[in-house]
This record gives sequence, C-alpha cells and structure tokens, in this order.
Amino acid sequence: MKYFKFLLVGVLFVIVLSKAEIIFWYGIYEMFRFESFYIYGVIGSAVLIGIVMVQIMKRIEFKGTHGEQVQFVPKSFSVPRYLFGGIIFGLGWAMVGACPGPVFILLGKGVISILVVILGALVGTFL
Amino acid sequence: MELILKPWPLYLAGPGIAVVMGLLVYFGKSFGVSSNLRTMCSLAGAGKYAECFKFDWKSQIWNLIFVAGAMIGGYIAHNYLTESHQINLNPNTVNSLKELGFTNIGAAYMPQGIFGVDVLFTVKGWLYLLTGGMLVGFGTRYAGGCTSGHAISGLSNLQVPSLIAVVGFFIGGLVMTHLLLPFIV
Repeated sequence: MKYFKFLLVGVLFVIVLSKAEIIFWYGIYEMFRFESFYIYGVIGSAVLIGIVMVQIMKRIEFKGTHGEQVQFVPKSFSVPRYLFGGIIFGLGWAMVGACPGPVFILLGKGVISILVVILGALVGTFL
Repeated sequence: MELILKPWPLYLAGPGIAVVMGLLVYFGKSFGVSSNLRTMCSLAGAGKYAECFKFDWKSQIWNLIFVAGAMIGGYIAHNYLTESHQINLNPNTVNSLKELGFTNIGAAYMPQGIFGVDVLFTVKGWLYLLTGGMLVGFGTRYAGGCTSGHAISGLSNLQVPSLIAVVGFFIGGLVMTHLLLPFIV
C-alpha cells in the first residue's frame, strides 16, 4: 500500500490541527482582530522548526523514502502575482474562516454547508 | 488522557505541523493542500477548457489520499478526541461579534448564522459561502499556494514569494475582518 502512509499523515495532520483549534471560523476572526496570539504562535513555531528542518535536510543531503535526496522547489518570483493572489485569498479566508485544508476537515466533522464553500473554491480555482 | 481530550498548547501544535511537513518531504512530496483543488478540477474534466488543467493528475493521487485522511481525521477528532465543543474566545472578540448580531458565540466550531444547515435554504447563505469559497479558490490558484504551501512550506524554505503571499493573506484578511464583514454578515 504505497499510498497508505499519506492517509495516515493526513489523519495526523488533522488531529494536530484539531487539537490546536485553529480551524474554526471564530479562531480566524479572533486572529485577524489581534485578540489572540495563539494561531500566530502555532504558525510561527511551525515555521521556525520548519526552517531548521529544511536547512538540516539540505546540509546533510537527506534522502527520502524514494532513495533520492529530497528536493525543495523554489518558487518563481513575481510580486504582483503573489500579492494580488494573496489578498484575494485573504479576503475569502476571513469570510469562510477556513483555508483549503480545513474545509475538508470540517466536512469530516460534519459541517455540511462547507460543501458550498468547496464548490465555490473549485469554481474559483477553475477561473 | 488530558493531552488527548484537551486543546493543545501552541508548543505542541506548531511542532506537530512541522512534523507533518517533514514526513511529506521524507516521502518525497511537498506539503501543500490547495494543489488538490486543481487536481479535482482536472478530474472533473477542466482539462478540456484550460491548458493548465491538463497535467498528470495521477502524480497527485497521494495528495488526494492525504485529504481523504484529513476527512477521516476530522471525523475521529470530532467524535473521539474532543471533550468539549465550546470554543474559548477573547471577551473582546465575543463583544464585537455580539455587536454584529451573532448569537451562541463559540457554542460550535462555526457560527450557525453562516454555516448552520438552515442557511442552505437561503439565497444569502449560498451567496456568502460560494463567494468566500471562490475567493479562496481563485486566490490560492493565482498565488500558487495557501496557508500550508506558502506560510508553512514556503517560509520554511525561506522563499521570498511565499512571504509576499503571506503578507497578501493578511492584507486581505484584515480588510475583510475589519472593513467588509460588518456589512455583509
């Protein structure tokens, strides 16, 4: 089962996010009002550890399960594209209080109306 | 048991996310959830209409499986790992929501006025959720990533484009929360 591990990582990801309580509309609203430091702390600490992890992996030429050195693909540079896309995303993020990961988690949690958001996201992606 | 049922402090949650990213890298992939939206569009046949949806979606199966895991995880977390579904919020946040006319604040994950099942029977409810979803979908596609791909993976790899995108996320989020939401909820 070469895909089974991804299922497990997906489950792990969500248990972490759920325990962190950062996938709720209220939490995102609170964050954008700067009335809670929590989500900033979670993302900040994830990034700090991520930076150290990526640097170490690059230094020691870390090999993945596929037997080759793991690759980190740099993103091509453009200011307007990322800024404009980012702003549009941010507007939607604050509206529905969920980004592309959490929408699927919320579906798993039984929030039926999130299907409309997913439908909208697919249409938006297509546009 | 405490640890399993109670919300986690951020010094557990943050590193947990980093571990998820690390595992995906170890498996030769990269952490980014929004690619799945593109894959799903391709599966739905979008390749007929736009060139950029014509790609080998089979190489993305792992990511769809990851999302399936996320849904299962959501179910498990919701039913077995959560002691209370009451959300603790800053009193200032609660007051501001009261002023906007919200009720039962923090009683469920999502405000019922926006996500309750009854909104599915109103035009306004559909419009709100569809618009929000479309902004998320379009923005993430245009910026080439979302919170996981840019804010976590990109910043971890010290990518300037990701920093620009994250700044954009916040400009958009702040404008919506402070200037627009009071008029549209």
